[in-house]
Amino acid sequence: MVNWTHAWPSLAASFLASLVEFVEALTVVLAVGTVRGWRGALIGSGGAVGVLLLIVVVLGPALTRIPLDVVQLAVGALLLLFGMRWLRKAILRSAGIIPLHDEVTTFAKETESLRRLGDRARGWDTVAIATAFKITMLEGLEVVFIVIAVGAGGVGLLIPASAGALAALVLVVLLGLVIHRPLATIPENLLKFAVGVLLSAFGAFWVGEGMGFGWPGQDWSILGLVAGFLCTGLLIVPLCRTRGGTHAPMASR
Amino acid sequence: MKWLKSILREVLGLFVDDGTFALAILVWLGALWVVLPHLNVPRGWDGVILFAGLALILVESAWRRARKQAR
Repeated sequence: MVNWTHAWPSLAASFLASLVEFVEALTVVLAVGTVRGWRGALIGSGGAVGVLLLIVVVLGPALTRIPLDVVQLAVGALLLLFGMRWLRKAILRSAGIIPLHDEVTTFAKETESLRRLGDRARGWDTVAIATAFKITMLEGLEVVFIVIAVGAGGVGLLIPASAGALAALVLVVLLGLVIHRPLATIPENLLKFAVGVLLSAFGAFWVGEGMGFGWPGQDWSILGLVAGFLCTGLLIVPLCRTRGGTHAPMASR
Repeated sequence: MKWLKSILREVLGLFVDDGTFALAILVWLGALWVVLPHLNVPRGWDGVILFAGLALILVESAWRRARKQAR
């Protein structure tokens, strides 16, 4: 039975985090397809998706054999490292301390470096396959980690977490097919800020559960943690802006 | 093997960006795990203490990075 107090934040966290990752992967796969042809881009991406599915099939059942409190503690600690890293980066980007991530710039850099590698091969274009495989594998590993981490903390949570990631994949693939260029208008830093807050809240909650803490309001305290991390993040942005002597988010270099 | 190394480096990079920041989080979690059971903290407050430490680590790390920018 799915506990919906946990389920909707799991679905939202997984959807938003996966959306960011898929958008990043799409940019490079589009660059590969545009410069080297779609065959290599699709073979590379498809191969990586196959390896990722294998990882999920092997890791998923293995996790169920480990006691829940151990999984919660380990996954919670990893989720905290992952989520707070995103949140910190989003704060520094909002404050103009580090440049914003820009899909158009990434696309331009990637197409340029792929063009420099020379003409595409007649048979198997290993450059195209390897580039598409690597980016799909890297971004996909993050998605797999997010789905497993968000879904591992409670019974039935893997379903909403997987559904969130799948919805993000479908959305990005459809947008990629329709727009056929990098999804630069997506407010990536805002998404990363939100995802950082959600994952940090989940991480803290799972760690607390794993250590046997008594959360006030039990499951509802996830919402309290979300509010806490959100307020902390929003408070730090102007402080960092003042301290760093910056004014607005910096464009990508 | 080069691509495998690069993937492993990227996987580590998922969790560790600023080493001091990541270490501070792990040390805080470890300290709570060891010390809290001996402190008789009222039930409900342990979670608040966990969050307060994490928030403080986040503020300190972002502030430190901003200060570096100002120099």
